[in-house]
Amino acid sequence: MLAKRIIPCLDVRDGRVVKGTRFINLKDAGDPVEMAEFYNRQGADEIVFLDITASFEKRKAIVETVEKTANVVFIPLTVGGGIDSVEFMKVLLQSGADKVSLNTAVLNNPALIQAGAERFGSQCIIVAIDAKRIGQPSPAVDSKWEVYSHGGRTPTGRDVIEWAVEAEQLGAGEILLTSMDADGTLDGYDTDLLSSVADAVGIPVIASGGAGTLEHLYEALTSGRAHAVLAASILHYGTFSIAEIKEYLVKKGLPVRPVEN
Amino acid sequence: MSSLVIVDSECANLNSIYKAARMVSLEAVISDNPKTISSARAIIFPGVGSFAHAASLISKKKLRESLLETVARGRPFLGICLGMHLLFSGSEEADLSRVNDPTEGLGAIQGEVKRFPEGLPIPHVGWNRVDPVNAHPLFAGLQKGNYFYFTHSYYARPEHKENILSLTDYGFSFPSAVINGNLYGVQFHPEKSGSAGLRLLSNFGKIIADQQ
Repeated sequence: MLAKRIIPCLDVRDGRVVKGTRFINLKDAGDPVEMAEFYNRQGADEIVFLDITASFEKRKAIVETVEKTANVVFIPLTVGGGIDSVEFMKVLLQSGADKVSLNTAVLNNPALIQAGAERFGSQCIIVAIDAKRIGQPSPAVDSKWEVYSHGGRTPTGRDVIEWAVEAEQLGAGEILLTSMDADGTLDGYDTDLLSSVADAVGIPVIASGGAGTLEHLYEALTSGRAHAVLAASILHYGTFSIAEIKEYLVKKGLPVRPVEN
Repeated sequence: MSSLVIVDSECANLNSIYKAARMVSLEAVISDNPKTISSARAIIFPGVGSFAHAASLISKKKLRESLLETVARGRPFLGICLGMHLLFSGSEEADLSRVNDPTEGLGAIQGEVKRFPEGLPIPHVGWNRVDPVNAHPLFAGLQKGNYFYFTHSYYARPEHKENILSLTDYGFSFPSAVINGNLYGVQFHPEKSGSAGLRLLSNFGKIIADQQ
């Protein structure tokens, strides 16, 4: 049976991990390669690097990071942030990335999903969606969410579910779904959003935004019907280790890949 | 005789396989030269993307004969993911009516490559358990049910049961590794399956060494 995946996400700027980690005695907690190795040893199922480098000139830093990481970490590696061409996808994949996560660029140019999928296969293409709820949750009306671009700064007027379905049709292999309402709250994932998208598409959904407790992760993977959970703060700040998360999920009866020693 | 050759199928995971092989002290060369492939001591045949594209690439690069030659000589040969599918003659992914055209696979194992049935999320992506059907050196030191990383929409179904090396459950039990003599195919990605994957590659290295 397919295991539920736990995926640490590292924000990287100019080749350095941005959100510091409070708990680990690493020589250099700002080194993305060392962080990726650390999470790999902890039992992470994949690693995501989100490149938030602002200037175009410094973008090659992420390529170097990917290359160095792929020399020592042998689990799937995803890179997201500012990827806007098939050429750049190719550079990242050849450097050792297994998947690219596309967001703003494909909102402007959805054909880029298709171009990437045709060239590298759907398994390489993740479409990341930043979703914000429209109005208050109410039992009387169906919930709706709007897609935001540019790192959640710009409303696009697009409906999240419609965009997810379109992304799948264009060849996306997975959807990385972030609830902007829940992100950073530690109050739990928007499971309503997750299950609405998971029901509308046939491809796996990765849940992101809002995890504060182990129960939250479980909810995203069960009532949210997510295949995987992306986690940042709760891992980086040492609230839980990946081993603790997996132990909990196993107790609750979910299939996970055991932590190797 | 030259070294271990990773066939340059122009797929994105070429370097990952090279790096993982190097990690377990398997020095390889990446090549799409028919002569280099013919004289290889062993072959790793990677592949991601579509069956038709990969099959036509083999044809275009004139690698078909060289690859079949290494198989015929009994050189250790490991097909990974789409590289496993290409050991068969055809796939539902390609247009099967166009027999004998460039979209044909190697036909080194009898059987077919089929799309997963509707109802399950496709692609089958993530970590799943691999259960070897019998003890085999390729799985030496690995537990039954070890997790490996998969990402695929099609699966291979050998015609003969004895060609099935391991099984994996995704709604139903499908062959996750196949064998025909010294020819192996794995549906999962050993280069992305953590220590279990590295162990499998290391085992493949031992199989190569034992050939000497």
